[in-house]
Amino acid sequence: MPVPYTKLVIEHFKHPHNVGEIKNADVKVTEGSPACGDMLTLYLKVDPETHVIEDIKFQSFGCASNIATGSILTDIVKGKKIEEAAKITWKDAVKALGGLPTVKIHCSVLAADALHSAVEIYMEKTGLVKEKKPTTKEIVMSKLSHVVDPLTGIDVVRSGLIKTIHIKDGIVTVILDLPKEHQFAKNIEEEILERLEHLWDVTAVKVIFEG
Amino acid sequence: MRVYLDNAASTKMDKRVIDAMIPFFLEKYAVPSSQFTHTYGLEVKDAVDEARASFVERIGGKHPEEIIFTSGGTEANNLAVKGVAYANMDKGKHLITTQVEHNSVLNSFRRLEEEGFEVSYLPVNENGIVDMDVLTRCIKKETALISVQYGNHETGTVQDIREIAKLSKEKGILFHTDAAIAWPYLPIDAYNWGIDLITLSPHKFYGPKGIGILFVKKGTKIKKVLDGGFNEFNLRPGTENTPAIIGAKKAAEIFSKEDVDRILLLKKRLIRGIETTIKHVEYNGSKEHSLPHIANLTFKYIEGEAISLRLDFEGIAVITGSACYSKNLQASYILLAMGKNHEQAHGSIRFSLSKYNTEEEIDYTIQKTGEVVSDLRKLSPLGREDEE
Ligand SMILES: Cc1ncc(COP(=O)(O)O)c(C=O)c1O
Repeated sequence: MPVPYTKLVIEHFKHPHNVGEIKNADVKVTEGSPACGDMLTLYLKVDPETHVIEDIKFQSFGCASNIATGSILTDIVKGKKIEEAAKITWKDAVKALGGLPTVKIHCSVLAADALHSAVEIYMEKTGLVKEKKPTTKEIVMSKLSHVVDPLTGIDVVRSGLIKTIHIKDGIVTVILDLPKEHQFAKNIEEEILERLEHLWDVTAVKVIFEG
Repeated sequence: MRVYLDNAASTKMDKRVIDAMIPFFLEKYAVPSSQFTHTYGLEVKDAVDEARASFVERIGGKHPEEIIFTSGGTEANNLAVKGVAYANMDKGKHLITTQVEHNSVLNSFRRLEEEGFEVSYLPVNENGIVDMDVLTRCIKKETALISVQYGNHETGTVQDIREIAKLSKEKGILFHTDAAIAWPYLPIDAYNWGIDLITLSPHKFYGPKGIGILFVKKGTKIKKVLDGGFNEFNLRPGTENTPAIIGAKKAAEIFSKEDVDRILLLKKRLIRGIETTIKHVEYNGSKEHSLPHIANLTFKYIEGEAISLRLDFEGIAVITGSACYSKNLQASYILLAMGKNHEQAHGSIRFSLSKYNTEEEIDYTIQKTGEVVSDLRKLSPLGREDEE
């Protein structure tokens, strides 16, 4: 019995498509963390007129399934309109790969999550979302539940790292129960900015470390 | 090229071992315990007794009946831990082990915990070594057993079992060591070192699978854990696996110090080669107190399953401590117990060598590992900052 992956999975794993960074990306978003064993960063470049995804690239700290899914998923959505991309799920990716071992499905879910986050951020940024709800603490919390502490692999909401959130005159202040010297303070701050800065009624995001 | 570097899982049998076993399938197949019946049985019993005597001598025991043959290291560990715990409840129901034991030891203790025993799982330092002071502080009046592995199967880290045995003796506590992966790569001397129980596993040293050995020092209070007949001095029922017993003896007999020295040189060549050609590599475990045939390295910024699969494409067999690789999707509990973070555990690779490996294979492995790591790092979103 050879390795439990389809030929296509192995092909994409060995020679992944659309790998790397996009320097002037419209959206950059990270899902997962190395602590969970899987992490994927996605970059989108979208045509502002047609909302067609002109370019998409990914980077992965992940296993074979994660890399292969990143590769095929970016192939699938490249050239699609952003609204169509929103409808692509991990199931589409797994199907396109000819299947994945059951225990490896979560790796492809992560890649699809990254895509959906990227699409959501783009739509919020460009005002494509239909109803513009004011940003509340609940919305901020739900966005931050995608930001993972690389040390523990648990998101900052669930691990109780968020002390307080203030929202006033478009300024969101997030106070974290973490010392400024924390090994990953900078990463966490960056990811929080990625998740909040673009919201339509947010003019600035401040991350304060109070650990 | 095909390079097998998963010898801590199991080794290729030596042809001489197989040759020694064959007569016990085809001619001497009688049951050894039928000593009052026929010559067939007596012949086999003689051979098994010789095997017992041979092991007693090699590990510093005194009496042939101190060697109990089991179905493997796993069963030997079960018998040692549970058998001693059940037999010594009058002394107390407190037991001590470490957080980095093999699952066959750990889960035996967990079972005992469910049954009302109290177990202390000793922490280890960043090199995987147990602190003697912590051990001393854990000892209670009711402590009936201390079980600490000789060498670790994942990192190769070696514990100071002589010191631990000494302390156990001073405190009047029975001491078991799981030497399944360590012996005969490292020597052991049961009586002189003061060890009461020792687990051995012949398939780790070019012997057959399905055979294990538990040394039980004469006079040690222990109860059988499998019910059946009176075999193995009424400690391990079941028909003896005589071909495997004979194979185990042969494997121990032909195991050579020269091979160990050569393996150690190969391991050093591998580590040096990797550390000088690949950046951002961390050595997991103690370089000083280490088994000669195991090295565990973390390649930062990338994930272990991806590394091991890519190495497999190149014909190289290794394993990783990454969650993505394991059946239960948990990262290596051993590396985590050493204070490594999940990221370090996920990027870890175990290389374990045998006497069959060659310099050529090692050099090929160094080269391919470099290529694979560099390829995967190109994909990784991590580690751009500290790259020169
Ligand atoms: C340290 C250690 N203990 C126990 C065992 C179990 O031995 P066996 O495979 O003979 O059951 C192993 C091997 O898997 C081991 O490495």
